[in-house]
Amino acid sequence: MKRVALLGMPNTGKSTLFNRLSGASARVGNWPGMTVDLLSAKILLGGHIAELIDLPGLYDLHGFSDDEEVVRHFLSNHPIDLALIILNSAQIDRQLSLALQLRALGLPTILLLNMEDEAKRAGITIDTKQMSEELGMPVMTISAKYGNGCPQALQLAARVLEKKVPASDPQLMAAQLQADNAVEEEMQRIIDRSVQMPLQLNTSTTDRIDRVLLHPWLGLPLFFLAIFLLFQFIFTIGAPLQEATAWIFDTVRSELLDPALSGLPTWLNGLLLDGLYTGLSTVAAFVPIIVLFFLVMSMVEDSGYLSRAAFLMDTLMAKMGMDGRGFVMVLMGFGCNVPALMGTRVMRSRPMRLLTMLTIPLSLCSARLQVFLFMIAILFPPSQAAMALFSLYMVSFFTIFFTAILFKQKFASSEPFVLELPPYRFPTPNQIWMRGWQEVKHFLYRATKFIVIGVLMVWLLTHLPTTAIPASSETWAGSIGRFFAPVLDPIGIDNHLAIALIFGFVAKEIVVGSLAVIYGLQGDALSHQIAANIDWVQGMSFMLFTLIYTPCLSTIATLRSESKSRAFMWLSLAWSLGLAWLISLAFYQSARALGY
Amino acid sequence: MQLNALKPGESALIEGIQAEQALVQRLHALGFRPGKQVQVVRQAAFNGPLHIRIGSTDVVIRLQDAQAIHLSNPSSESLSV
Repeated sequence: MKRVALLGMPNTGKSTLFNRLSGASARVGNWPGMTVDLLSAKILLGGHIAELIDLPGLYDLHGFSDDEEVVRHFLSNHPIDLALIILNSAQIDRQLSLALQLRALGLPTILLLNMEDEAKRAGITIDTKQMSEELGMPVMTISAKYGNGCPQALQLAARVLEKKVPASDPQLMAAQLQADNAVEEEMQRIIDRSVQMPLQLNTSTTDRIDRVLLHPWLGLPLFFLAIFLLFQFIFTIGAPLQEATAWIFDTVRSELLDPALSGLPTWLNGLLLDGLYTGLSTVAAFVPIIVLFFLVMSMVEDSGYLSRAAFLMDTLMAKMGMDGRGFVMVLMGFGCNVPALMGTRVMRSRPMRLLTMLTIPLSLCSARLQVFLFMIAILFPPSQAAMALFSLYMVSFFTIFFTAILFKQKFASSEPFVLELPPYRFPTPNQIWMRGWQEVKHFLYRATKFIVIGVLMVWLLTHLPTTAIPASSETWAGSIGRFFAPVLDPIGIDNHLAIALIFGFVAKEIVVGSLAVIYGLQGDALSHQIAANIDWVQGMSFMLFTLIYTPCLSTIATLRSESKSRAFMWLSLAWSLGLAWLISLAFYQSARALGY
Repeated sequence: MQLNALKPGESALIEGIQAEQALVQRLHALGFRPGKQVQVVRQAAFNGPLHIRIGSTDVVIRLQDAQAIHLSNPSSESLSV
């Protein structure tokens, strides 16, 4: 099978083109020796199936970024039959160097000049025939966003492949990638002959928008307003959808599954319905918010505003060893940690990405908010409720800053902060949908596996041995509660709450429900029982612990898969647990010492 | 003088780049070359990074990294028409 690689600089629409050419058939490929996921897809080229690979965006074949290293590594280890080089027409004067570098490797290449619409608007005209003669490779303009020229590009690729030029020799590639530097002079010569550019671009729409959005004093407030409105949008639309999904699953259970499975033995019925089905519907209730989150995120990312937010926030974040993009992701974590962790992919430097990923699980996500609203309503009078919740948000911010400052030496990033500001772009609905769908698929795949196993285990723990009353202290979960008592007693968490914490480890959404199971009560009766059992100091300590001790299994799974490091996952878990215990201990003991 | 000394609105020609190889390479790829004109469009609040325009490309760079870029012929004329 022929192998076609897609290469280009960042922000040139490479991934958009990949999605367009591959349809929805893309999958994450497993390449020997590669530490990152590469997307690949089978596409039809001139009657044959070919494999299309989306290599990371790079500025320079000889650059030192992680992504550039990945591309070199790939070319030095895997033969390819054709390189599709995608460049931004509007910035052809500096991007052409990449095409020359790739040509110098002797690869069969086609040059695709993307964003012809932007180039036209900027007054740039490109003589593709002249350029093609100069370069000695086919050159054509396309618009990946609107699809113009894409079928023709595929036909051209098929014709080049039919010439049966032997595939690249990885060993030769490795040797050639060592050095070459004559590229720049030749680039200037070709640009001079075949491209006409206005000396300076006219003040464009981007400039006018930037004058407002990047204003020295208005910029930051506008940025916070924008973030707030995005959250508002996601949760205003997402919350009813989430409730609707939960309602559908409840109805299916009460109307269909409960009657249908009533003939089964009690333990099997419980395992299937309370274990498996509850687990699956927990994941499913997440889906609407995740979908919305990714639709909005991909829109923001492709619009070019994220780079501007990074510009605005960089000074503050630099003090914590992160940069502006990290701040955006931490904020996203206040919605849901999982997509925020995936969002750190925009960072090129691994240490900085890991530092940001270490702070994200400490942001008070919407699932934890639900637990706090429940507990605060029970333990505090309405006049103090808002203050109690506000203090939890403050603690969340504090732990994020504290963690970043503490770990910034360990994850010191030497990468200079030099970031391109692309012009503002309006992604097409189709483009947003494609991106969103890819992310959602990956989330579902991971989360389902993890939560199903987790929920089944928790169910078994609270129902075995069979002689014990479910969720009582005689069950295995109860034994575990007793086992942890020496650790949890000093922070005021009793046996009942300890079992809820075990449930909360799987997903915070289950905590409230698990309290109902543990106390065997519902509604007001449950509230009264909890208020009678614990005081506000214990409750606050429980909430502080819940806030910090660990996000949920999905987040842990995402930490593992995004960092590709088990050690990092354990570090994050151990740090959260330790910090949670210390903060709860400090709070509980000093509150008690003060006589509360 | 170096790029970090340039005020918003001012522009100058690049004389040379002195930094570790990784940064030099990255700046090259972004279009920073001797003889090219750079303009500081704006600076973020609290002595934050610079917003630079070079040719048709906009780049954000921290002051510390801007030190690597040596300039000649500074002028306060704005580039935009």
